[in-house]
Amino acid sequence: MAVPLIVSDVSKSFTMHLRGGVRIPVVEAVHFSIEAGQCAVLSGPSGVGKSSILKMVYGNYAVDVGQILIRHNGALLDLARAEARQVMAVRRDTIGYVSQFLRAVPRVSALDVAAEPLVQRGTDPETACRRAAELFARLNLPEKLWELPPATFSGGEQQRVNIARGFITDHPVLLLDEPTASLDAANRAVVVAMIGEKKADGVALLGIFHDAELREAVADRIIDVTGFAPQKAA
Amino acid sequence: MMTQGDSVSPHPEPIEGRGETANPPLRQAQGDGLPALAEEKPLLSASGVSKFYGSRIGCEDVSIDIWPGEVVAVVGESGSGKTTLLNCISTRLMPTTGTVAYRMRDGQIRDLYRMGEAERRFLMRTDWGFVHQNPADGLRMTVSAGANVGERLMATGARHYGNIRATAGDWLGRVEIAEDRIDDQPRAFSGGMRQRLQIARNLVTGPRLVFMDEPTGGLDVSVQARLLDLLRGLVTDLGLAVVVVTHDLAVARLLSHRMVVMKDGRVIETGLTDRVLDDPRAPYTQLLVSSILQA
Repeated sequence: MAVPLIVSDVSKSFTMHLRGGVRIPVVEAVHFSIEAGQCAVLSGPSGVGKSSILKMVYGNYAVDVGQILIRHNGALLDLARAEARQVMAVRRDTIGYVSQFLRAVPRVSALDVAAEPLVQRGTDPETACRRAAELFARLNLPEKLWELPPATFSGGEQQRVNIARGFITDHPVLLLDEPTASLDAANRAVVVAMIGEKKADGVALLGIFHDAELREAVADRIIDVTGFAPQKAA
Repeated sequence: MMTQGDSVSPHPEPIEGRGETANPPLRQAQGDGLPALAEEKPLLSASGVSKFYGSRIGCEDVSIDIWPGEVVAVVGESGSGKTTLLNCISTRLMPTTGTVAYRMRDGQIRDLYRMGEAERRFLMRTDWGFVHQNPADGLRMTVSAGANVGERLMATGARHYGNIRATAGDWLGRVEIAEDRIDDQPRAFSGGMRQRLQIARNLVTGPRLVFMDEPTGGLDVSVQARLLDLLRGLVTDLGLAVVVVTHDLAVARLLSHRMVVMKDGRVIETGLTDRVLDDPRAPYTQLLVSSILQA
């Protein structure tokens, strides 16, 4: 099976124009690829650039140099050079993302938040909401919350809405940014099982997990991000 | 003569969000049952648009494509040229130079400023909407709410009074105005209601492209949140293309897919909205983003 995602020689820095143009290198020469049906985990201490890599793959951060090749609708696309609308299409059809925090929209119910990625792909809202409800039930999200906007939910409740939103589609690539940071053991186990099902379905996963036990449980491969630390002399 | 203390050239090239068009064209989804991506042609295409007020620059050399179904936010501070740009691409203000092309419903690409006045007006009344910051500029304040909505419908040829009234009532419901207010004049409405009525008036004809100038400006935050949420829902449900001018980055974040940042009449950065806000590249965009107050 074709490789769904290849990150090749990617570097990223931030230039802080408000601080006299100081340039802060984040990562250098990042290269790895991920396989269908496997979960690769980015590892390394905080601040080493794990999240930045994930955000570049999702198109949320710009890439200075290098390529991020994604297999999108049967063709390879370089996300590092893609136009905004192409990135939008990739997000709709190819790359799913479970972010660490939920960006809540006022007045939109948890069910609709979780169902949205399916609706965007043309599923009728009723079916999509039913699917979201199944995921909520599985993640033990109290049913009385389903119709409420998630802005007032606890961290763990919001995170479960986020997980449902990320897992609801059958995107071939799924990015996970600390999806279980605020979950208790029982719900963590549910997420581990859900990751296992994604693998069985041939999804390529790329994640960040600080919890060592969880990492052991899901990782097929560890990508050590300290290897991509910027050279001091640069 | 540069007065700012930065070393940036006065006319830097705008920062393109993510590269140029050198990559292979995106292929359509192939028979996998997904809806096709929005048609692969822009709806509106402005190129090299400049507007000078005497020797003052309104906007200069702006090129922008608007694609079907996408919401594009134009942000920048007062005087950055965002409203001038909006007016230039919506035929409300003749640009000094540049062209604005529009893909008509029959697929023909037309130069907006070479169209006859009557045709342009028809386009504005039917295929386009324009939501003003001040609802009084977009409504007729002394006719009923129902008539405000119905009037636009008549421009598309609707003549049956009962149908027009029913559609108007339906639209009032969609913008959360109680149906028993259909015969009231907008003068008797609150600011938020007037703005929702203006939106209904614009959307009733099923436009493909809607221009909005600070649609939530001047409203209380609670009213603003409700309006934003309503707009967001309508835009998604109807698959509208929207160009929204705002100085409020939170509004841009919530509503738009893409962002265009303007300063001194020029586009200085464009890209995916979350990319521009989370990883701003241009000095001015960084200043804007860092100035957001955290509530």
